[in-house]
Amino acid sequence: MTSSVLTFTDHGLYCPAGDFYIDPWRPVPRALITHGHSDHARPGHAAYLATTEALPVIRRRLGPITAEGIPFGQTRQIGSATVSFHPAGHVPGSAQIRVSVAGETWVVSGDYKTEPDGLAEPFEPVSCHTFISECTFGLPIFRWEPQPQVMDRIAAWWAANAAQGRTSILGAYSFGKAQRLLAGLPALGPILTHAAVEEMTQTLRDQGYPLPPTVRVTPGVTAKTHPGALAIAPPSALGSAWANRLGPADEAFVSGWMAVRGIRRRRALGTGFVLSDHADWQGLNAAIRATGAERVFVTHGYTVPFRQWLEEQGYDAGIVETRFGDETEVGLETAVTE
Amino acid sequence: MNRFAALFAALDGTTKTGAKTAALADYFRTAPEADRVWTVALLSGRRPKRTVNATELRLWAAEVAGVPNWLFEESYTVVGDLAETIALLLPPSVAHADLTLDAAIRGLIRLTGQSAEARKTAVLTAWAQLPAVERFLYNKLLTGGFRMGVARGLLTRALAEATGVEETVLAHRLMGDWDPARISFAALIAGDAGGDARPYPFALASPIEDGPQTLGAPEDWLAEWKWDGIRGQLIARPGAFALWSRGEELITDRFPDLASLGDFLPSGTVIDGEILAWDTDKHRPLPFSALQKRIGRKTVPKALISQAPARMLAYDLLEDAGEDIRTSPLSHRRKRLEAILAALPPDLPLTASPAIDFTDWPHLAKIRAGAREAAAEGLMLKRLSAPYFAGRKRGDWWKWKLDPFTVDAVMLYAQAGHGRRANLYTDFTFGIRHGTDILPFAKAYSGLTDAEFGKITAWVQKNTLERFGPVRKVPAELVFEIGFEGIQASPRHKSGVALRFPRMLRWRHDKTVDEIDTLESLRALIPTAD
Repeated sequence: MTSSVLTFTDHGLYCPAGDFYIDPWRPVPRALITHGHSDHARPGHAAYLATTEALPVIRRRLGPITAEGIPFGQTRQIGSATVSFHPAGHVPGSAQIRVSVAGETWVVSGDYKTEPDGLAEPFEPVSCHTFISECTFGLPIFRWEPQPQVMDRIAAWWAANAAQGRTSILGAYSFGKAQRLLAGLPALGPILTHAAVEEMTQTLRDQGYPLPPTVRVTPGVTAKTHPGALAIAPPSALGSAWANRLGPADEAFVSGWMAVRGIRRRRALGTGFVLSDHADWQGLNAAIRATGAERVFVTHGYTVPFRQWLEEQGYDAGIVETRFGDETEVGLETAVTE
Repeated sequence: MNRFAALFAALDGTTKTGAKTAALADYFRTAPEADRVWTVALLSGRRPKRTVNATELRLWAAEVAGVPNWLFEESYTVVGDLAETIALLLPPSVAHADLTLDAAIRGLIRLTGQSAEARKTAVLTAWAQLPAVERFLYNKLLTGGFRMGVARGLLTRALAEATGVEETVLAHRLMGDWDPARISFAALIAGDAGGDARPYPFALASPIEDGPQTLGAPEDWLAEWKWDGIRGQLIARPGAFALWSRGEELITDRFPDLASLGDFLPSGTVIDGEILAWDTDKHRPLPFSALQKRIGRKTVPKALISQAPARMLAYDLLEDAGEDIRTSPLSHRRKRLEAILAALPPDLPLTASPAIDFTDWPHLAKIRAGAREAAAEGLMLKRLSAPYFAGRKRGDWWKWKLDPFTVDAVMLYAQAGHGRRANLYTDFTFGIRHGTDILPFAKAYSGLTDAEFGKITAWVQKNTLERFGPVRKVPAELVFEIGFEGIQASPRHKSGVALRFPRMLRWRHDKTVDEIDTLESLRALIPTAD
C-alpha cells in the first residue's frame, strides 16, 4: 500500500500524515478512540481524542488521562490529515472515524450497528474510498429482529417471572447493552443494578442520557424489599452469590450470540435474548454499500468468510489482523463488547 | 406446529427437570391427540424416514437464502446443526400456515419416492410459511436427528403424570416396534402397541467409583464380568423371535447365527444378555473390533459370520413361561435362567455369563485386576434381592470397570464440535512420538470441561497453522493424557494401532511435547496372540 491514509502496524491502525493511531492496543503518543469499550479504549496512551459524549466513560474506566473531546461532525486538522467523528450507533458516544488526506478518504467503523436503539446516537453512513469495517456477526445466519419485538419478549418474560414471585436477572454487558435495556423496557417494576452496571448508568445519566431510575444492589436489597424486580448485571454475575441473594430468580443472557442455540445451551442458561450492539449480516452489507467505498478491510469477527463474500460482491477486500486474535470469532463469553 | 413449537420452546428455555416435566405433561393433556403420538415417538428416538437428503437441503436452502454454497458451509460450521443453520439463513417467512405436527410429518412421509422437483416444491412451500421456531423443527423432522434434552425417564414421568398410568407400566408399553402413523394415543397408553416382540425396558448400572467396600455383605451380591459387546434382549414368544439392542433397535437380522435359539428356547422366554463375537477355539470373546465389523451391516456375509460368530452370554431372565418375572429377586431369576439354559442342547450360541465366586471384597478386587486377561472390561455387581428395574436406578446394579490405559500425547489438529459445542474446538487429533516424527494415532472429543475447551478454542484461533475446511492444524504444543479401554493392531491406521474409546483424561499443562509417549511404548500394550 503506497501513500496509504492508514497503515496497519503492530501497535494498531496508524495515520502517517497525522502521526496518530486509532484504537491502538499498545501505548502510543496520540490515540483517537472510537468508543469506551476496553478492547478499543486501552490505557497508557500519552494523549486521547474521542467524542465529547464518549469521554466520560473512557475517563471513568481509565482514570487520569490526558484527553480531549470533540463534537460529532466537527473536523479537525491533525498534521496533514483531516479527521472527524461520526455516530456509529454502537453505544452512547461511539463513533466512526473519518480520516482524509489529500482528497483520499478512509473511514474506520469501530464497532457499529445500523438499527437506532433509542439511546446511542444513530448510525450515519459516511462516504469514503476505503472503509474499515468490523464484522463480529459477519455471517448470514445473523439476522436481528427489530428491537421493539425483542424488548416485548423481554418484558413478557419479566412480567411472567414477577407474576410467579421470581426476580428476573438479565446478564448484559455493563456499558451499552445494560443502558439500552434500561431505556427500551417498559417500567413493569423496580429495576436493580449490579455495581458495575450502576457505575456506567450513573455516568451516562450525568451526561443527560434519558435513563430510568435504578437501585444498586447493596446488602439491604433483596427480593423481599423489591418484589417483582428486574436486575441487570454483567454476564459473569449470573449464577453467582450476587444473584443468589435476589431470591428465587430466572436468569437470561442478552447477546447477539444467543441466536445460536448451541452457544445458548453451553451457558446452561435456559433463556437467551438475541439483542446485539453490532450490525447483523444485512446491516453490515447495507452499511458498506452506503459508504460508496470500493475498498473494504474487515476486522474483528468472521473476517475470512466475510472478506471472501465482499470480494465476490466486487469489492477490493482485505483483512486487518488484530493483535489478540479474534476472540469474538467464536462467541466466547469473554468477548467484551457483547 | 405451533403447539409443538411452544412445547419445544418451553423445554429448550429451561434446564430444570421439574419445569420440563410440567411442560410435557401439560402438552400430553392438551395437544391434538395425533400430535401427542408423534411427540412420544420423536422423544423416544422413533423418527420418520428421511425423504430428503442433506445435500439437497443444503443446496435448496443456499439458493433460497441467496448465499453461495461455500458461505452456507461456513455458516454450518459455526452453527453446528444443519436444521438450525437453514432456519437461520432463510429470509423471514411471508405467511403463517397453521400446520399440525401430524400433518407436517404425514406430508413428509408422502414425499417418499416423489421426484426431486416435487420434494423441493413441498419443502420450499413449508419454509415460506413457517415462522422461525417451527421452521427449525420442520428441518429437524427433515434431517432426522431429534434431541430436545428430554431423557427417556422424563418422558415417561410426564406421560404418567398426564395419563395417570403408572410409570414403570408405561415405560414397558412405550417399548418395541410401534408405528406412530398407525396408532392412536389412547392405544399407545393402553399398551396396545409394540406387538408380540415388545421388549422390556433395560435395567442400567451406575459406575462405582471407590470400589465395593461400602456395599455391605459380599454374599448379598452377584459378581460377573462386564463384557465388552452389545447389550441385547432376546425375545422368544409364540409367533415372535426378536433380538433388541439397548438402543431399542431390532437387530434380529444382523445376527442370523443366533436365529436357531428361537427353535430351542421355551416359548415365553425373555433374556437380557451381552452379544459378543466369539473365539470358538479359545472359548472366550474376541475383541470388540471383531464384533464392530458386523454391527454396521444390515446383512452379514458368511465369511464374516465364520470369522466372528456371535454368541450371547445371558445375564438375566425377565420372562419365564410367558410370565413377567421382573419383580422377583435376582436370585430367583438367575436360578430360573440357569435351569432354562441347562436344558438347551450343548452347542447353541447361548450360555449364562458365569457368576464369579469370591470370598470378600479384597478377593474380588484381585479378580477384577485380571479382567483384561478374561477379555472383560471389569466387573458387574448386582444385588441378589433386587428386582429387575427399568432404566438407571442407583443402588442395586454397579459397574466396576478397570482403570483405562493411559498415554501422553500432543494435539495436532482441532475441529469445532456440534450442537451444544458448536463454535468451540472440541474434536482433536493427537500425535505420538515415533523416532523424530510425531504420528497421528487417535481422535478424542470428550473429557474436558467447557472452560478448558474455551481456553483451547482461543488458543487454536491464535495458533492456526493451516485450515483444511473445518479442520485446523496447530503447532504440536498442547499435551494431554489420553485414556482408552483397549488397543488393537490395525493396518488401516498410519500408526498401526487402533484404540477403543479414547478420551482426554487431563490437559497436562505441566508437560511439553518432548515428554509425550512413544509409539513403541503404545504398541507394547497390544495384547499378544496367546
